[in-house]
Amino acid sequence: MQKLLLVLPIIIPLGTSAILILTWRACRVQRWLSLLGSTALMVVAGLLLATVWRDGIQATQVGNWPAPYGITLVADLFSATMVVLTALMGFAVMIYSLSGLGIDPARESFGYYPLLNILLMGVSGAFLTGDIFNMYVWFEVMLISSFVLLALGGERAQLEGALKYVTINLVSSAVFLTAVGVLYGVVGTLNMADLAIKLHNTAEPGLVTTLAMLFLITFGIKAAIFPLFFWLPESYHTPPVAVSAIFAGLLTKVGVYALIRVFTLLFTQNVGYTHTLILVLSGFTMVVGVLGAAAQYEFRKILSFHIVSQIGYMIMGLGLFTPLAIAGSVFYIVHHIIVKTNLFLISGAVERLRGTYELKELGGLYRAYPGLSILFLIPALSLAGIPPLSGFWAKYTLVRAGLEIEQYVIVAAALLVGLLTLFSMTKIWNEAFWKPLPDTSEKLVAGAAANQNMGRMRVLVLPIIILTLLTILIGLVAEPVLLLAMAASEQLLQPSEYIEAVMGA
Amino acid sequence: MTSLIMRTATPLLSPLMVFFSIFLLLRGHNNPGGGFVGGLLAAAAFAMWAIAYNVQVARHRLAVDPPLLVGSGLLLALASGSVSLLTGKPFLTGKWVEIPIPLLGHLEIGTPMVFDVGVYLVVLGVLMIIILNLAEE
Amino acid sequence: MEVVLAIVVGGLFAAGLYMMMRRSIVKLIIGLVLLSHAVNLLIFTSGGLTRAEPPLLPEGAEEIVMFVADPLPQALILTAIVISFAVLAFALVLFHRVYQSVGTDDLDRIKPAEESVTHL
Repeated sequence: MQKLLLVLPIIIPLGTSAILILTWRACRVQRWLSLLGSTALMVVAGLLLATVWRDGIQATQVGNWPAPYGITLVADLFSATMVVLTALMGFAVMIYSLSGLGIDPARESFGYYPLLNILLMGVSGAFLTGDIFNMYVWFEVMLISSFVLLALGGERAQLEGALKYVTINLVSSAVFLTAVGVLYGVVGTLNMADLAIKLHNTAEPGLVTTLAMLFLITFGIKAAIFPLFFWLPESYHTPPVAVSAIFAGLLTKVGVYALIRVFTLLFTQNVGYTHTLILVLSGFTMVVGVLGAAAQYEFRKILSFHIVSQIGYMIMGLGLFTPLAIAGSVFYIVHHIIVKTNLFLISGAVERLRGTYELKELGGLYRAYPGLSILFLIPALSLAGIPPLSGFWAKYTLVRAGLEIEQYVIVAAALLVGLLTLFSMTKIWNEAFWKPLPDTSEKLVAGAAANQNMGRMRVLVLPIIILTLLTILIGLVAEPVLLLAMAASEQLLQPSEYIEAVMGA
Repeated sequence: MTSLIMRTATPLLSPLMVFFSIFLLLRGHNNPGGGFVGGLLAAAAFAMWAIAYNVQVARHRLAVDPPLLVGSGLLLALASGSVSLLTGKPFLTGKWVEIPIPLLGHLEIGTPMVFDVGVYLVVLGVLMIIILNLAEE
Repeated sequence: MEVVLAIVVGGLFAAGLYMMMRRSIVKLIIGLVLLSHAVNLLIFTSGGLTRAEPPLLPEGAEEIVMFVADPLPQALILTAIVISFAVLAFALVLFHRVYQSVGTDDLDRIKPAEESVTHL
């Protein structure tokens, strides 16, 4: 039964997607089936996390081939937490699409739901696999479904965004595959637990560090760290909002997950070089991302640049490389996925009400929709790290970890970026919610009002409310999450339990 | 593309290609071949109809809606992998049954075989979606 | 033999990257194709080149006695080829659509999405 839990997060989305393809074009059926599928995924993910928490790391050998030869699926606390978040985001976006407003009917009937499920499968697979080549395969599953989701609909802006996204990701995949090939040539295995053992006894530390750099580049592109982030703000604001919300929440985080996984399990031979480099990059990522956001006046573009800046925080924990710092990273990822997806969903709701994402054309939302405005304000303040919301604890943990090992420069950068994030969120608040509606936008509002439907809007707001409540909850009762993050970080930094679970299973 | 040679050859070649694709699918377990190549070849056989005549003819020859092929192929592959779960073995573990056939000995059928049939259907379906859509433009 | 293949791999990488940096969309695709070939060949080379039997047990044999080739790099390449086939097929369709909607294959003349709406 426990072994089954490891496979189900992959089987459920795959099965859902297969059934959805059979019900091709029956939109209403697809909506409810996807919702059912993502609910099941959430239950299974929750059970998996509970099992890992209770009984330690779980592993299973797919096809019953013994450990270093077959493909292992393995869940430690970190990956189980990530699967839970994946399922949660899938669920939120499914409800959002259920309203019929998150995505237009033409796209909805043209394979949107099957693709979304394949995407969820790819993401869960990447979190659960214990084999580096298998991880490449899951990345590709995830990428190809994201390519199609990004280009679905074929508007000009979308296609241009997709062009950049596809090209850069194909290059990144080529680098990934190169790294895997050379790694196999050097070590002769691809199972990550086995790699961890063999890399520690390697005779060629120089070559291993080179390999580490190749992996840093490929996962760096996926995670959008400095200086490899430019594709993200160019593409994330182009697809329909339900798609960009799930991209913003999950895709870059898979890159971050992979970075944390390989730089805690495999490449810890030369921490002084690799992790210091990561720390420097994290600082630049934070600062450059937040400065990029300052120049923007499009709702989703501002949020996209903030993804980049937030990735910096997650990588910062990895760069500091102490138990508390890694726990901070884990906490930050949990907080970020929830908040960022939520903010994108809200931007979509605003667009539905006003017909535009341009801050200059928005305004008067607080007067007209005070409820929605509060719903924006909470995750926005959480993103900036205002207590007692989830972002505060995430930043606090990281900053404390930085102070403990006296890395004052990065701590200063983190605090400064927090302040600038607040400035950026205030800008959205002032422009979109607080200032009166500009006269020039009357026509836009009238156009948007024409196709509004209060019942559907309520469904649209439902996932936003759920995610906002979660943000507040994590903020108020931070201790369980922090405990989880600490335990996850312990497992990450002492890979012996992971190795034992994989090789023994 | 509507040359006489092509139009004459297609009805003859296409069934042959489908047969050969099934042969490739079946021999794939122990020899070079398998679901992927088989599916590619079958897709090529139907693509020939689209090239020699037009897309409608190809759709008619295929008789099944391509998404249906993809969906059922995925389900078949999934089901073949899940059989082992019922017996308590990990996902995708191979399971074989021997069916005795009078006069000919016995026939071994296993879940990897079913999985390959699923792959065959998925590859055929996906390629048909791509090719027919591109050819329609 | 490794040296020759290493040079070929390097050449393919260089050619692929060069093609990607040209201004035409078609050349971008060719560059991506060359890049994936380069990577496949690199896996093949780094997996170790040997003159050996295929790694198959003869009928009735219990264990392998002869010198066999490592099957894993080939399996990896096969997987990578299948994946790059799918991805490149998609990229081809996508780039074709971009060409249709923009009307040029010159990457420099495809304006970034944000410039189509000018503000400030």
